[in-house]
Amino acid sequence: MSNEMSNNGVVVSESSAPLPAGVTLPIYMDNHATTPIDPRVLDAMLPYFGKVFGNAASRNHVFGWEAEQAVEKAREQIAKLIGATSKEIIFTSGATESNNLAIKGIAEMYRERGNHIITQVTEHKAVLDTCKKLEKQGYRVTYLPVQADGLIDLEDLKRAIDDKTILVSIMYANNEIGVIQPIAEIGKLCHEKGVIFHTDAVQAVGKIPVDVQKDNIDVLSLSGHKIYGPKGVGALYVRRRNPRVQISEQINGGGHERGMRSGTLNVPGIVGLGMACEISGQEMETEAKREKELRDYMKAKFEKALDYVHVNGNMDHHLPGNLNMSFVYVEGESLLMGINDIAVSSGSACTSATLEPSYVLKALGLGDDVAHSSIRFGLGRFNTKADVDYVSDKVIDVVSKLRELSPLYEMVKEGIDLSKIEWAAH
Amino acid sequence: MAYSDKVVDHYNHPRNVGTLDKSAAEVGTGLVGAPECGDVMRLQIRVNPETNVIEDAKFKTFGCGSAIASSSLATEWVKGKTIDEAMAITNTDIVKELALPPVKIHCSVLAEDAIRAAIGDWKKKNNVAETATVAAAH
Repeated sequence: MSNEMSNNGVVVSESSAPLPAGVTLPIYMDNHATTPIDPRVLDAMLPYFGKVFGNAASRNHVFGWEAEQAVEKAREQIAKLIGATSKEIIFTSGATESNNLAIKGIAEMYRERGNHIITQVTEHKAVLDTCKKLEKQGYRVTYLPVQADGLIDLEDLKRAIDDKTILVSIMYANNEIGVIQPIAEIGKLCHEKGVIFHTDAVQAVGKIPVDVQKDNIDVLSLSGHKIYGPKGVGALYVRRRNPRVQISEQINGGGHERGMRSGTLNVPGIVGLGMACEISGQEMETEAKREKELRDYMKAKFEKALDYVHVNGNMDHHLPGNLNMSFVYVEGESLLMGINDIAVSSGSACTSATLEPSYVLKALGLGDDVAHSSIRFGLGRFNTKADVDYVSDKVIDVVSKLRELSPLYEMVKEGIDLSKIEWAAH
Repeated sequence: MAYSDKVVDHYNHPRNVGTLDKSAAEVGTGLVGAPECGDVMRLQIRVNPETNVIEDAKFKTFGCGSAIASSSLATEWVKGKTIDEAMAITNTDIVKELALPPVKIHCSVLAEDAIRAAIGDWKKKNNVAETATVAAAH
């Protein structure tokens, strides 16, 4: 789901009804794409844009020391959130870089041991495209399928591991459908087989408990801007013991980050990422419960008011703030157009040249028509019950109107089997 | 992506939404597109058998805002036209009127197809031969 899908840029005609108390338009409910920065995070960062400007690698003066101290504090804050030690945290520009560094760095480092990598089809493009590039360089990649609920089958993984497998990369939680993979079991299996386990945990860290020890994770990617921190900063956890994981650097230079990632550290960004981790850790339990209640409330409202709606992804293993819902017989982009004072994402990709709907939804076995009808709601820290009421009421209203317009809905209501019609594909 | 004012207007106030009795002799129905492509248009016309004038037109569309606007506009345009005049409407007319961007041109093509399919259905029902002008139009 591309970000440009989330807002159609149309000026909405003024609604005649007064806004409910506590609602400010537009409403942001696309927190898997990015999150607004928490004011506490911003406050922590501001000094490092001004007075405290030193280079954390400057060893000979107080400016450098202050910057280094701030960086090391952030390293501790991040490590604490995921059960790691601070020496195991490498700063990067974000999760895309972390995923690239992890996968390419491990592939290169362990090339003599093997050339086989296992991932799965609903990964983020930062993982999939990295693997595709490695395939061109002679690596063998297995893309595990997912089941209809979005989870991989551990038996598939077991069967896929062979004596040339060096790396398994499976995301912690999916950015579109919110499903949480059986990470601890995957990690256990990898350790039994002596395979390194990397997870893209961008959507999970700070939202649900993530512990690299309990979850048997060797390498983990995380990002600042998904947890109310700044954009342009992320981290990679690299296990130092049991087993010690080594990574070939992908950026050469001054040997920063123990040689794994050269480049002057983004001190304000790192401070923000650290603070974002600390706040997320402190508030996780209450916040997850709050978001899950709002999510379930919204889901129940849709299911009560509308027919032909269904959720995508296993709801028992699910991010608290995620709801991916198909409003069948209504095309997603037209739905977004009707709710353009609300920022959400659509599984439709009608604006792209390929007209292909979401590959994640298709991997679940959803037909293209249903994938085109799917909306991702991403609840976050700053969404209120009033937001959820406004959004759900508006979506119900627009879906109802568009179904009055939908020939498919009319045909289904008349008992016509749409699969029996010979559609002229265009 | 920004929609033109005209697309937004048709989306907010679609013209001629509805269903005509498809079994009636004077009604022609065109159903084009496919659900898996994200666009299905159904356009129906009611034709006066004496004058060949399209006296009523209705549509229903599953698709993006541009698809809805293209079919809504198509019903507006065919109403009051003779069959031959309606056959002369092309997708480029629709693109121009609605200021559709290149990625949305297929919506206008689909609307043109829908008009032709509805007219074709009516002709078939009423044993009207496809005229030379029709054949050349495609």
